[in-house]
Amino acid sequence: MKKVFALLLAFVAATLPVFTGFAVEADEIEALRGTTLYVYNWGEYISDGSDDSLDVISEFENRFGIDVVYDTFDNNETMYSKLKSGGVAYDIVIPSDYMIERMIAENMLEKIDCSNIPNYKYIPEKYRGLSYDPKDEYSVPYTVGMVGLIYNTSMVSEAPTSWKALWDKNYTGSILMFNNPRDAFAIAQSVLGMDYNMQSEAAWKVAAELLKEQKIVSPTYVSDEIFNMMESGEAAFAPYYAGDYLSMKDNNPDLALVYPEEGVNFFVDAMCILKGTKNKLAAELFIDFMLDPEIALANAEYICYASPHTGVYTNPEYSYYQDEFLYPEDGQFKTQNFLNLNPKTLALMSSLWDDVKNHIPNSDSSNYDFFFGDGELGNSNGTVMTPEAWNYVIYIGIFVAVCLAYVVFRYVRKKYREKV
Amino acid sequence: MSNRSSLGAKLIAAPYIVWSALFIIAPLIFVVYYSFTTADGSFTFANMAELGKYAPTFLRSIWFGIVATLICLVIAFPLAYFISQKTDKVQRTLVLLVMLPMWMSFLIRTYSWMALLQDTGLINGFLSKFGIDPVHMINTPGAVILGMVYNFLPYMIMPIYSVMAKLDYSMVEACQDLGGNRLTVIRRCIIPMSMPGVVSGITMVFVPSVSTFYISQKLGGGSFDLIGDVIERQFQQSYNYNLGAAISLVLMVLILICMAVMNHFTEDEEGMII
Repeated sequence: MKKVFALLLAFVAATLPVFTGFAVEADEIEALRGTTLYVYNWGEYISDGSDDSLDVISEFENRFGIDVVYDTFDNNETMYSKLKSGGVAYDIVIPSDYMIERMIAENMLEKIDCSNIPNYKYIPEKYRGLSYDPKDEYSVPYTVGMVGLIYNTSMVSEAPTSWKALWDKNYTGSILMFNNPRDAFAIAQSVLGMDYNMQSEAAWKVAAELLKEQKIVSPTYVSDEIFNMMESGEAAFAPYYAGDYLSMKDNNPDLALVYPEEGVNFFVDAMCILKGTKNKLAAELFIDFMLDPEIALANAEYICYASPHTGVYTNPEYSYYQDEFLYPEDGQFKTQNFLNLNPKTLALMSSLWDDVKNHIPNSDSSNYDFFFGDGELGNSNGTVMTPEAWNYVIYIGIFVAVCLAYVVFRYVRKKYREKV
Repeated sequence: MSNRSSLGAKLIAAPYIVWSALFIIAPLIFVVYYSFTTADGSFTFANMAELGKYAPTFLRSIWFGIVATLICLVIAFPLAYFISQKTDKVQRTLVLLVMLPMWMSFLIRTYSWMALLQDTGLINGFLSKFGIDPVHMINTPGAVILGMVYNFLPYMIMPIYSVMAKLDYSMVEACQDLGGNRLTVIRRCIIPMSMPGVVSGITMVFVPSVSTFYISQKLGGGSFDLIGDVIERQFQQSYNYNLGAAISLVLMVLILICMAVMNHFTEDEEGMII
């Protein structure tokens, strides 16, 4: 009898938050019917109904009668630029940790009223009060994750353990690299044993030199194309988010992942409400809905990222329950977090990233040996005109010369004919 | 024709004048304003001073633009002539075929070229069936130029074709009557008369090729940054509108110079105007 009672209690406890858990009164929720909620999230970052998954957005619309306008972005910086430019107005946005810190500092986020989000109780202690939002006033964690090195076991002679594999000349042409400065610099900083959030201009320049040296192995700079390229065996190595590795592995079982020994980035993506929202209550309702154990599980299954939700990761039914890559033991791998950089460092990083992207490898002034052998760090900062650029000057010069010669020829011929 | 336009003519032009003031002149003023200011709005030359390091990228973009334009011209001119020689019905079909790819998004078409050119892509898959080693095509300057030629070719064919279709054939016949052989007819008659089309074709291919930003990222793998990529990055990633505007301004001036040089050098052709 006691057992039955306990079971019953457990059942009630489990279903209660789903149906009656809102601190917001039912008539207040009813009043939101017919309103619109604007959500801005990463691409492929919500269970959308494909492959028999739950369509989370339609589910929310059906349950509460609130229309959702859902847009996606592909990196934090693009999202920030779009919000800053002022042409858009969203209610909910899901940026990463360092970007949340920046948006809080720039007064772009609205405080969240946690009493309207009863499901917040599923967020465990270790994901509360994180450095980007120490008082948990502005954000509610959505996913967490780490960056790893993905490799194709059929193309690699031995399993890599270090980020240095991305500089290995034996794999020239089959290396992929992040096409955004923050993640790309983090890899160089890991190799050099630097802090991701360092302020020293000289240190950032050394990291940029290392990224320039990577051009020797002709990396392809990618973002979402990585899925196709790794799945089709086009590339041997790629740094990417562990969650995405699991979706790639479903399509190509040859792929493997390692967390390199130099350390990796640990990130939290969290749900925030933007300043100027016209529908704050609906936004909080949406956040609470996303934390509903059933919804959170559907999302975690679909996007494959680790979930900071106790209702998900303690659930033995969950496909990635105690997955070695998603839920490593605390302290098992060396990790660093991104913090918001000051404007001067941000400008420096952008400018150095332009230099990296514009750099053309040149064996004469290469620092490759400095990083991977016993050479000296040369100074290649002053070389504005690379040999490649001089080639273009010559080509364009020849082209202009030929054109001029033709004009002169016509002119002379015209004169000659007039004379005749 | 009188130089003073009537009230009616002014009224007809009004919508376009309002449109161009709002969407062409005003943005241009913004570009100039941003180029010479800092993020907090004070006047500066710092953005312009920073441009030196982008010189190789500028040169590469202009060179790629020239090559793509020349290839387009070499392909488009004979093709336009060929189409214009057909009967009306065949002409309509062929023009439709030229326009057909433009019904699809430019982004999707470029993305599909990736699937074709990759080391494990369709072309190499086909070659390997005959035991030919894979040819490395993607992430090379050639792939970027191929992308430009493929995407902008219709903009070269259409203006040349439309001039050739309306060509005055009595001139051609006169040329033949005077004893010109086929080559002379083409050289002395068809080419000069289709120059207006060629010049506007060159403009319509060269300008987008120099400033393109998507093709180089997808087909060049991000290793052959063109100036358009740098500009896009300033606006999208770095949130540095001022530097982005400065690069755009210099690019516009460079393109204007290129166009001016070209117009000057085709000026002595018969009745040339864009």
